[in-house]
Amino acid sequence: MKPEEIIKPENKIYSRPRLLDDRNTHYCPGCSHGVVHRIIAELIDEMGLEDKAIGVAPVGCAVFAYNYIDVDWVEAAHGRAPAVATALSRLNPGHLVFSYQGDGDLSAIGTAETIHAANRGENIAIIFINNGIYGMTGGQMAPTTLLGMKTATTPYGRRADLNGYPLRISELLERLDGTCYITRQAVHTAAAVRKTKAAIRKAFENSVAGRGTSVVEIVSTCNSGWKMTPAQSNEWMAEHMFERYPLGDLKNI
Amino acid sequence: MAKVQGAVTIDTNRCKGCNLCAVACPADVLSLQPKEVNDRGYHYAYVVNPDACIGCSSCAMVCPDACIEVYRVVNKS
Repeated sequence: MKPEEIIKPENKIYSRPRLLDDRNTHYCPGCSHGVVHRIIAELIDEMGLEDKAIGVAPVGCAVFAYNYIDVDWVEAAHGRAPAVATALSRLNPGHLVFSYQGDGDLSAIGTAETIHAANRGENIAIIFINNGIYGMTGGQMAPTTLLGMKTATTPYGRRADLNGYPLRISELLERLDGTCYITRQAVHTAAAVRKTKAAIRKAFENSVAGRGTSVVEIVSTCNSGWKMTPAQSNEWMAEHMFERYPLGDLKNI
Repeated sequence: MAKVQGAVTIDTNRCKGCNLCAVACPADVLSLQPKEVNDRGYHYAYVVNPDACIGCSSCAMVCPDACIEVYRVVNKS
């Protein structure tokens, strides 16, 4: 069959999610944010939560997340997304309240809010994009930067004696009684995208059902900050990031 | 034996030419335009080998800009 014979509405198996706004994202080519946005838009549509979903956008590259996914959003101050999400989930029980945060937002300036929201067991889903760098501000060292990794502020590589160790925040959150689901995923291959989608679905279900705090950490790339092509940065991530940030469920109760 | 055939369409003006779809494709269907650019100056992805497509939607799964649509037919004859 010729492509023209195949390209018909009845044969369509995949198309752009309905809830993704019809505008181009400001993300760099190959950025993992786009994939995660698409997964969230697909899931909210599939789960029928369009009128019940409230997102909390962070400060960082994903600061304009509210421009791309067509649900209700609140923009929080830097790192304060879990605190804002706490208020939203307490005032709107039964709603899907999720925050979407990067590693500079969640694990640096927002560590206190994150840990206390998780410790209180707020019924929120936290989507945590960990690319080991401050992408928006020009590739500075983040708490999650790997040892030896070169960034704008560690041009000779991160040193443990000077800069400390890469922070594994999901392992910290796993110890707290308020959390019900902690998982670490990636979006570098089609199979990984499907697993991440299943993980975010579970986190969203937990949020709606009021089971406690769910955290989905997504180990991501920042090809601009890492100074690589998108394909190279995916390979680099699989080779180096997964060693420090192994994928899989840390907690599932 | 059922033979699966697929086809993809690419929203070329939304494409940012990141090449992740071409890397993810198991059948080497996609490639980036070597010279042509879209409205925003990116070498967009295009279908270089349409007959090889198996409609697995791997390209659409990894596309950060959701600009790929996938179609699939199963020939039962």
